[in-house]
Amino acid sequence: MTTTAVRKDGPAAVTPTPTVGGHVRNYLSRVRGGDVGALPAVLGLIVLCTVFAIMRPSSFLSAGNFANLFTQGAAVTLIAMGLVFVLLLGEIDLSAGFASGVCAAVLANVVTVLGYPWWVAVLAAVATGVVIGTTLGMLVAKIGIPSFVVTLAGFLAFQGVVLLLVKDGTNISVRDDVLVAIANRNLAPALGWVLTALAVVGYAAVQLLRHRNRAARGLITDPLAVVALRIGGLAVILGTAVYVLNLERSRNVLIVSLKGVPIVVPIIAVLLVVWTFVLQRTSYGRHIYAVGGNREAARRAGIGVDRIRISVFVICSSMAAIGGIVAASRANSVDPNTGGSNVLLYAVGAAVIGGTSLFGGKGRVFDAVLGGAVVAVIENGMGLMGYTAGVKYVVTGVVLLLAASVDALSRRRAAATGTR
Amino acid sequence: MSATPLLELRGIDKSFGPVQVLRDVALTVHPGEVTALVGDNGAGKSTLVKCISGIHPTDDGEFLFNGEPVHIGSPRDAATLGIEVVYQDLALCDNLDIVQNMFLGRERRSGIVLDEPTMEQLAAETLAGLSIRTVTSLRQHVSSLSGGQRQTVAIAKAVLWNSKLVILDEPTAALGVAQTAQVLELVRRLADNGLAVVLISHNMNDVFAVSDRIAALYLGQMVAQVKTTDITHAQVVELITAGRSGGLGLATDPGSNGDGPQAADSISGGVR
Repeated sequence: MTTTAVRKDGPAAVTPTPTVGGHVRNYLSRVRGGDVGALPAVLGLIVLCTVFAIMRPSSFLSAGNFANLFTQGAAVTLIAMGLVFVLLLGEIDLSAGFASGVCAAVLANVVTVLGYPWWVAVLAAVATGVVIGTTLGMLVAKIGIPSFVVTLAGFLAFQGVVLLLVKDGTNISVRDDVLVAIANRNLAPALGWVLTALAVVGYAAVQLLRHRNRAARGLITDPLAVVALRIGGLAVILGTAVYVLNLERSRNVLIVSLKGVPIVVPIIAVLLVVWTFVLQRTSYGRHIYAVGGNREAARRAGIGVDRIRISVFVICSSMAAIGGIVAASRANSVDPNTGGSNVLLYAVGAAVIGGTSLFGGKGRVFDAVLGGAVVAVIENGMGLMGYTAGVKYVVTGVVLLLAASVDALSRRRAAATGTR
Repeated sequence: MSATPLLELRGIDKSFGPVQVLRDVALTVHPGEVTALVGDNGAGKSTLVKCISGIHPTDDGEFLFNGEPVHIGSPRDAATLGIEVVYQDLALCDNLDIVQNMFLGRERRSGIVLDEPTMEQLAAETLAGLSIRTVTSLRQHVSSLSGGQRQTVAIAKAVLWNSKLVILDEPTAALGVAQTAQVLELVRRLADNGLAVVLISHNMNDVFAVSDRIAALYLGQMVAQVKTTDITHAQVVELITAGRSGGLGLATDPGSNGDGPQAADSISGGVR
């Protein structure tokens, strides 16, 4: 057999010795090829923070404001994390905002009106999310209604359900200590450091084990320096954040001391790790990407496509429920507008700004956290600068449009550089 | 050639409602050989392949696998026997890399965690076993591959599962000259490695370049199955378009012949 045709497409697959320079070159060529990943969101976050830091140095850069960013952005980020799963299949869930409202209303009813303990209320809220998600998923996957229409109907109907649950406009207060603590209390500073250390050590262990395992089998590995840099980077970022959050941020220490990592932060972190594990390291996660990339190929590979499609709606609505619990905790109450107005749009925006593709098949849970941070910084910074809600909406809209353009352009770029 | 055929079909009938698509079709496939399945559009090639791969149940007829009668009722049955089909529209996921695509739906796991290193090693071994050197990294996304490379990955995916029979549905239809050569070379190598290969193709050059035997379908009937060396280009074209060529194929006088084509180098009788 001749090998003339074979040699044309490139050199033999020799195993290159990993170098830091090669790793960087690899990354740059991926970016040029249209695989920009989280880069736009990170750059956007840096630019926004720089601008606000220059314009409002005293208020934007204060420790108190830094803590505020987390509690302000938490609910939207949690909903966005669930939306990533739906977006990965190229579907959409417009009802996630009001689904979180319904779940929050269930929570408030169970804990305040019926007087059950907080954990019963939380379970009831999440169970409500599961039921909502199953229903939406069944309608999309089994009956075949486009998800846009199903969830638009859900959006309208759930708005009504929230109104019914809070008895036409009155609001239900949430006074349970544990529930209020979620979005309003902080971890003890020492506990913050312990958790940070655990996170860094855990990350280092996973990275180093994987490196050793791959090297032992003679597979291509990232250079050890890059692995060390990743671990160091995480340690520095987490360390700085925890240090700042552990500073005293009370206006008057004599009345109340206010310091430590807000409790929502570890909640988001744990969910981020869990869902990232599910998406990247389990066959279920792999199948989600496969269905999002090529549904027919997934079906032929023996993947239960309907089951996957239903399950992502369940995850999305359950995460919306958790977002709703955090929102109820932050407001100390549930009213007809919980999960309403711009919550859903911010959540979709957060996922897309972070780098999740609306066309399906591309995205990570971390995108939602990154995008959620961008949305929270805009909301927070513009508020500090005294802009009205109108200006804030316009700016957020423009940023979302920018993110969607980056997505569309990078897809074109990828299609042009791939030799299809 | 080997003594027992790997797959032998006898008297396969298949109808969709009132339309009879396959009539008393016989086919023998030998290990270590490429059998080209040719026929015009609508001759029943795809239907026959779908019957073999368990997507369509047959109405009548026998399947012999390694000489043993078998029943193929679902794609899973076919996969268990070691029959893999590489479809025309590839069935690869653009957003996944080569290893992920090759193991799609049959991922190796340790516990609930995907065992990536093992999968990567097995994929590398399979590609090396087929002397595939066209891909630079196994962790490349399929979207960045050329048409020929994609076809190569699709074929390698079929080979990964200890398959015994690989059916290729027009693997070169969308490829350029160099890439076609590359894929045909791979097809030949599969057979040289001892697999039985069925190649569906419209391209006579491909068929003559790579096949050991040619099976021609005409309007749902197997009109000839002969060695490639015993037949000319023009004869195959005649078989495809008219159902007969000289002494080959359908008899001029209906009802004057035996039952179906014979294997080996004898010139086969027509069907009905």
